[in-house]
Amino acid sequence: MSGGGPAHGPELTATAAAGDSPQSAGAAGSVASSGTPFVEARPSIWAKFAKSSPLAALITQRLALSVALLFAVSLMIFGGVEALPGDFATTYLGQSATPQAVENIRKELGLDQSATTRYFQWLGGALQGDFGTSWASRNSVSEQIGKRLGNSLFLAFFAAIISVPLAVGLGMLAVQYRNRLPDKIINVVSLAAISLPEFFVGYLLILFFAVQMGVATFPATVYESMTFGQRLSAIALPTATLVLVVLAHMMRMTRAAILNVMSSAYVETAELKGLSSLRIIAKHAAPNAVAPVINVIALNLAYLVVGVVVVEVVFVYPGMGQYMVDAVTVRDMPVVQACGLIFAAFYIFLNMFADILAIIANPRLRHPR
Amino acid sequence: MTDYTKYLTSQVTLGKMNRREFLGRTAAFGITLAAAGTMFDTAARAQEPKRGGNLKLGLEGAAATDSKDPAKALSQFMFVVGRNWGDMLVESEPLTGQPVPALAESWEPSADAATWTFTIRKGVKFHDGKELTVDDVIKTLQRHTDEKSESGALGVMKSIKEIKADGDKLVLVLSEGNADLPLLLTDYHLIIQPNGGLDDPNAMIGTGPYKVVNFEAGVRATFERNKDDWRQDRGYVDTVEMIAMNDATARIAALSSGQVHYINRVSPKTVDLLKRAPTVDILSTSGRGHYVFIMHCNTAPFDNNDLRMALKYAMDRETMLEKVLGGYGKVGNDFPINETYALFPEGIEQRAYDPDKAAFHYKKSGHSGSVLLRTSDVAFPGAVDAAVLYQESAKKAGIDIEVKREPGDGYWSNVWNVQPFSTSYWGGRPTQDQMYSTAYLSTADWNDTRFQREDFDKLLLEARSELDEAKRKEMYRTMAMMVRDEGGLILPMFNDFVNASSKSVKGYVHDIGNDMSNGYVATRVWLEA
Repeated sequence: MSGGGPAHGPELTATAAAGDSPQSAGAAGSVASSGTPFVEARPSIWAKFAKSSPLAALITQRLALSVALLFAVSLMIFGGVEALPGDFATTYLGQSATPQAVENIRKELGLDQSATTRYFQWLGGALQGDFGTSWASRNSVSEQIGKRLGNSLFLAFFAAIISVPLAVGLGMLAVQYRNRLPDKIINVVSLAAISLPEFFVGYLLILFFAVQMGVATFPATVYESMTFGQRLSAIALPTATLVLVVLAHMMRMTRAAILNVMSSAYVETAELKGLSSLRIIAKHAAPNAVAPVINVIALNLAYLVVGVVVVEVVFVYPGMGQYMVDAVTVRDMPVVQACGLIFAAFYIFLNMFADILAIIANPRLRHPR
Repeated sequence: MTDYTKYLTSQVTLGKMNRREFLGRTAAFGITLAAAGTMFDTAARAQEPKRGGNLKLGLEGAAATDSKDPAKALSQFMFVVGRNWGDMLVESEPLTGQPVPALAESWEPSADAATWTFTIRKGVKFHDGKELTVDDVIKTLQRHTDEKSESGALGVMKSIKEIKADGDKLVLVLSEGNADLPLLLTDYHLIIQPNGGLDDPNAMIGTGPYKVVNFEAGVRATFERNKDDWRQDRGYVDTVEMIAMNDATARIAALSSGQVHYINRVSPKTVDLLKRAPTVDILSTSGRGHYVFIMHCNTAPFDNNDLRMALKYAMDRETMLEKVLGGYGKVGNDFPINETYALFPEGIEQRAYDPDKAAFHYKKSGHSGSVLLRTSDVAFPGAVDAAVLYQESAKKAGIDIEVKREPGDGYWSNVWNVQPFSTSYWGGRPTQDQMYSTAYLSTADWNDTRFQREDFDKLLLEARSELDEAKRKEMYRTMAMMVRDEGGLILPMFNDFVNASSKSVKGYVHDIGNDMSNGYVATRVWLEA
């Protein structure tokens, strides 16, 4: 991973979410599930365990793998930030740097030590749950991240509980009326929403609802002394923006997956039995189409947590994305590391969760030969 | 002076300055109120400040990495935060830039201007109730000068050799005479903290008009009025709320929808659109910051003064001012000083775009091939556009400039002050001496044009301790001419600070010292219902 190491994660998701293709979801899923050889090398106790409770075995295996992945991620982030031009002392002081001030900062933070020493010092702390203090603000990283992560999750949660049922419902509706007017309207509107860049959607919403009509709260800054109701009102516009951005991807995936199943023999049988079309979609087609849909949803949820920095900036929302970008700008390593690891953990966890759900939903995956 | 008045008048014509500002500014330059009144055609009417209300500012420049320690304040946001809760020893007068008392009641230089005695104001209380003593002042200044210091004021404080108390007075001994010392103490890092901030540099406890209620780096800061403030002519609102808004469109939306009262950094590209909003005032203040193209005088091919002259004449300043700044600024004359500085050398001929002269000097320099100019929008807003405009105007003189766009990330550490020809930005300094010492003295860390002349250095040191103003002004004139005609600086324009407020904000002071009323915006304005 080159210069843009830490910032790369969110970018990747953005393209994955924007590229309206089932393949991207499949690819991400398979990357996360490539851990089989590791298991086969184990002795027979593991094999027995894997046979008796395949799901538990899978989870154990995945958890072990994710620890290794997180370790690799931390190494890559460290390498990436090291490779960026300039260190914390020079970038933080920027144009106002004097050699003496730079020297003093380097000495105080131990930047004069070798990169390996610094990495292992950081790793030693992180293994004991101590992510250190931010070099720039000298505050505890875990404390600051706690707040920011809470904000990000709050926004992502509301965006998700609106967008996921809406996307799945609209997807089913589109199948029901496929190639007819409702299907076309849903498609055109959702495609239009996904084609507009998210900042533009944001600006449009601000223009209409905050500036012209004056009904929405703007800026969406949230802070501690706010009540729950005030918070909800503050995040209304960013939530709407996020819903519009992620909706189309999930909706079209739902539609494609169900249509795929609809052409199979057993659906034809169900139709011949005289079942209503809605019942066929909901009861017979949907469960078999659920695996790819879950993968897309998982990716979009990850995007909602990790990749919304542009929306945060436009709406002045204090989330994780902005926090990490600020830290990368001045090479504040402890903060970049902590943010990067949290983002990576979210990806790994959501992918694992999606795979497990897919297995539970599909008996053929639940009992492999 | 006439140039400056002409400029002010043009700003009025362009609708960029209101009557109060105009009168204030012209008065500061020695024009009588009556004369100025005829110029503007109506007299100024004074307004009575009103107390109360919650002032909301939406400001660019905050980051989650901002430090609460004033020694490490760098961003625009933290600059205003510091002005709200703290005081310096000395402030600068908004319209003339002269030093005026703050926590130091008065001061006295020795005959050689190398020893200064400051009387510290009595009866001033910190926010935690402790009374300000000379010891707090000494500890503060020491914290910013000792060798372990990470302070942004370290460069300014370098010349202070000894900091000591004489009874309840402060004595500063300098390594050489400096007639401008009081102005150096106006630096926004030098907030006087209890025990110098040694106990807790991040406490944000000071003597300022507002107490910090809540601070979340990169998000928001709230303040309440300090009821025991030692000054009555400031801190008019009850509470101040500062919101970090790094997106230009978000700031404009927040102001035009009435969510905030004041925003900074209005882009020249959108200012005309914003001006149409009926509830908004555009606040444009001429300042000392300047956009520059810098050549290293000691690096080929720029070690040839004819090539440097050719490149100076190839700059179309008027067009650049119009295109890059939308007219919100003033053309520069290739030395870093403008009319807002005390002892400004007037009457130096304005260098104009002259392709013929440029071609003449270019031929004389014997240079062939293209000249590589590195730029990035980090250097100043619109720097890449400016570089391309420059490329065009130079082409007419037969000079081929190759524009290379560099990544913004790391521009200040890898390109500026490293590469021989690049774009950059300089904020102003309180005095001519400080501007020249920071960037034009042979030994300065930030001598980004590699301007090394012994006679210039000597003159600078002489002027510094010269207490006779007429002599001093003449010295600054000679120095300006040296930089203008032989330096590596191409200075197309000084930028105005363009901010905007809602019409309910009154009493805004256009301070030549720095952006956002020199950071004092929240302490100086009041809200009209």
